[in-house]
Amino acid sequence: MNDDYNLRGKVAVVGVGETTYYKHGQSPDPEFVLVLKAILAACEDAGISPKEIDGFCSYSNDRNDPPRLANALGIPELRYSNMQWTSGGGGAAAAVQNASGAIMAGSANVVVAYRGLAQGQFGRFGRSGGSRPVSGAAAYTLPYGMMSAAQMYAMRTTRFMHEHGVGRGAMRAIAMACYHHAQNNPRAVMHGKTLDAETYDSSRWITEPYRLFDCCLENDGAAAMIITRTDRAKDLAKPAALVLGAQQSGGHRSGATAENATDYVTSSFKPAVKHLYEQAGITATDIDVVQSYENFTGGVVMSLIEHGLCTYENADEVLTFDNLRADGGKLPLNTSGGNLAECYMHGLGLQIEAVRQVRGESCNQIPDVKVALANAGPMVAVASTALYGTEETA
Amino acid sequence: MSRSTNEAHLPGLRQPAAANDGLDAPFWEGTRVHELRVQRCKECGLHQWGPEWMCHTCNSFELDWVAVEPTGKIYSWQRPHHPVHNALSDRGPYIIVLVELPHADDIRMVGNLLGDPSQDIEIGAPVSVVFEDREGDPDFTLVQWEVT
Repeated sequence: MNDDYNLRGKVAVVGVGETTYYKHGQSPDPEFVLVLKAILAACEDAGISPKEIDGFCSYSNDRNDPPRLANALGIPELRYSNMQWTSGGGGAAAAVQNASGAIMAGSANVVVAYRGLAQGQFGRFGRSGGSRPVSGAAAYTLPYGMMSAAQMYAMRTTRFMHEHGVGRGAMRAIAMACYHHAQNNPRAVMHGKTLDAETYDSSRWITEPYRLFDCCLENDGAAAMIITRTDRAKDLAKPAALVLGAQQSGGHRSGATAENATDYVTSSFKPAVKHLYEQAGITATDIDVVQSYENFTGGVVMSLIEHGLCTYENADEVLTFDNLRADGGKLPLNTSGGNLAECYMHGLGLQIEAVRQVRGESCNQIPDVKVALANAGPMVAVASTALYGTEETA
Repeated sequence: MSRSTNEAHLPGLRQPAAANDGLDAPFWEGTRVHELRVQRCKECGLHQWGPEWMCHTCNSFELDWVAVEPTGKIYSWQRPHHPVHNALSDRGPYIIVLVELPHADDIRMVGNLLGDPSQDIEIGAPVSVVFEDREGDPDFTLVQWEVT
């Protein structure tokens, strides 16, 4: 890759922050206030004034638009605004990618990547009502009782288990690792609530093949990351986490309606991972710690395989609770508790946790992290994935 | 090859309507006369689903609607238990299948698998269409499936 056209090491995350994470509908603040609080927290962490922000990147049709945010924050120059079109939280790493691109292009100096959710104010994902007719893509699924996120991605997992013989054990281990890590994380919504194998196995079906604990939470809160040039980062409060690479991808017809994606049994990461590792100049074996977006555990199994961290053949042997835990595991996964047990902030929390691992600030710190992976989306039409590292790595 | 029923499998859910740009009107009109109509390119002859204004293979805008044999085989499935809509609150489990149509370039369609909701489901099993005629505003017909 031509270095002039590679952001590797030239852009850094210098501040991260989040609000209190609430159970869905429990936030005392409106969603817009949550986003403002998260941005202020990230600026304070960076040691940078919010007035210096001149760019905004978000995803998943975030309702809190940059002109209103810039107005509220009193930002003198709003130079760059960006919305990542993709399904669900698949844009979390893409927001970092887009922010990095804006900085590389000279379009902005200090960009915030952010996401806010207040489901009490705006409604839940997992349940709907309504009686109006539906048209377009939804007309091919909703009249058949297929409308929630779990239902959108369940049949990919059924087919995945059928084609590759990957079993329940890997999915259970992923859920248990997330809950295990949340016990050391005071921010986590599931702090103080443990999950053992029996509880997982006896939990109710949401939609077969997903049990309750295979599914992400629904939460209120907001999170933000401050991104700037690496040469600027040297003067700021905390050690920077350099962006080693950030990519997004959908494969051939990944956005086809009525479940007609050409490659159906995929997390959508195959093209992105190839470009990510080339961009960063690393291979899967260089990665010290992994944050892999859990909308549903079955998608995490596919994601880890497509990132080269295990194979279709050995997934059941590699993806065990002992291997996935931060305290002694070979493949520590979702060390903040992730979308399953920290908070469902549409995956921005997973990006933040990767930054904390690089800084040495995680509640489940892996020793001497040089490369941290954080992906977003699996099984959606466009997924995204990023690598963060220390200055020494870059 | 197919049959029809007036019995609603999942009553109370939102009814389908053709897209307001007319893209898929021939599909929904077809279901009313118990035909399974899908798109086929006049240029390259390939079937495609879901509907789009352009052939994704040769990029022609010349797309036809053709009736295909209303059969297929189960490609994947799920069995929802958690009610995702108020109308499903007391319904109990039901089955959603993804059906592949090998005679139409392996396009896939989503529907319910009728019959016992606790039945064992076999990927690859042959299925055929049950046209579910429903009263609505206007009346409409869903494409359901049962094991052949």
